[in-house]
Amino acid sequence: MKTAEHLMRLPVHLFHEFRENYWPLLKSLQTALLLATGLAGFMSARCPILGWQVMLGVTGSLFFAISGSTVLNMWYDRDIDALMQRTCWRPLPSGKISPRAGLIFGLILSAIGITWAYQLSRLYGTIVFAGLFCDVVIYTLWLKRRTAWSIVWGGIAGGMPVLAGRALATGQIDWVGIALCLAVLFWIPTHILTFSMRNYQDYLAAGIPTFPSTYSFKFTQWTIAFSSIIAALMLGVAAYGIGLTWGYLRLMAVLTGGLIFLAGASLLNPSDKLNFGLFKYASLYMLSVMLILAAEAF
Amino acid sequence: MKPISTTDRILLLLAALLSAFQVAVGVDGSGTLPILCYTIAFGVLLVACLLLIILGFEILDSSLVVIVSTIIPLSLSLGLVWEYLGNISWYYLAFTLLGFLAVILTRRFTSGRVAVIVIAAVHGIAGLAIFLLPILLSMQGITNPGFIFVGIGGALIGIGGLLLSFLKTGRPILSLNTILSLLPGLLLLMTTAFVVGFVLR
Repeated sequence: MKTAEHLMRLPVHLFHEFRENYWPLLKSLQTALLLATGLAGFMSARCPILGWQVMLGVTGSLFFAISGSTVLNMWYDRDIDALMQRTCWRPLPSGKISPRAGLIFGLILSAIGITWAYQLSRLYGTIVFAGLFCDVVIYTLWLKRRTAWSIVWGGIAGGMPVLAGRALATGQIDWVGIALCLAVLFWIPTHILTFSMRNYQDYLAAGIPTFPSTYSFKFTQWTIAFSSIIAALMLGVAAYGIGLTWGYLRLMAVLTGGLIFLAGASLLNPSDKLNFGLFKYASLYMLSVMLILAAEAF
Repeated sequence: MKPISTTDRILLLLAALLSAFQVAVGVDGSGTLPILCYTIAFGVLLVACLLLIILGFEILDSSLVVIVSTIIPLSLSLGLVWEYLGNISWYYLAFTLLGFLAVILTRRFTSGRVAVIVIAAVHGIAGLAIFLLPILLSMQGITNPGFIFVGIGGALIGIGGLLLSFLKTGRPILSLNTILSLLPGLLLLMTTAFVVGFVLR
């Protein structure tokens, strides 16, 4: 009787365990944002969408590959996460799940994502794999603890979903896909550097080299402003290549104006509040622009 | 300062979405300059709503608020005047540029009294243009009756702009908390009125 009751409760227990301890490893917001870039890259080719099976394939493969690389990143960085106030509560550094369980979970997600991606197309699978390789091996394992410039590789990895999505839709790597990839690459500093300024002490305590600690806050702010402009230009170029209509172009220009205004204001009149605003706006900006690119497909 | 609530954020998000819609669809049949003016007005409104959602009401402490709350009525009124009052369009363009410059300079270099007078004059004229022009055009049958909603939006933007500007110049008409309680709803009502008015034009 007790065994039957226990068995009936098992699914609920497993769901609770997953929600509490495994779901936070996926960084759902970051994963969703990168997934949105991949879907936008795919839909930007105005295929249109090719049917629900392919759409499900793109969504699923990217979700698993991005989540997998995020989990592997968290698994490797569990020692430095334990040193930072912001991250010490995470499931791995707090001991809620074992490193072995975290590693297996990350490898399974990555394997599913890559396999599914290769089933859709060899080119698409290779780009998705390149993104995972850049993020896990080059960024996390090799460079993150050595140089502040590791964010470039983080940026390249971040640009892969949109390039992959576009390549799957067009069957090739075209200049629009590269422009979209570069836009994400140059958007990443706006996102990561504002974050590293906001959590300066945490990164310092963990011994992770960042732009603010390696150079200066001023240099970091200039880098953010410069990269915001380049990211906006790249998105503009890509939008032109996609053939975005005037209405959407106007909307993109307005949102870009907001990003450049905030980056400029943060440069001229720096404050924690403004820095946080820029960090949040940058994410919102990327999501909005990707939605605009995807909306054009309809 | 009153913290921003979830309801405030929802109202501001709706206002932002409506502004984004207006920027994207444009205004049918308008020329290049009016479309540019409407894009600037609704674009500034969109970004302002997003920043309020992200940063909360503390952003209203910024000295840029007066300038931003001036751009919206000035560019919107210029778009309307350029479209419907062709004979005075160049004069109104000059007024817009000089008025905007005057707001910036008096905010920076003069005492509070002069700055208040300049802001009241610039907002007053721009607000009247947005309020009266659509009503008169609708009554004369030049536009559809629905265009009257733009006039209602003009009245609301006039109220909002004056409340914010007088607050920033240290002579508040209502208390800070009352203004902050009203602001998200006022912004949404105003944006809705503008969008409905332009759609029904």
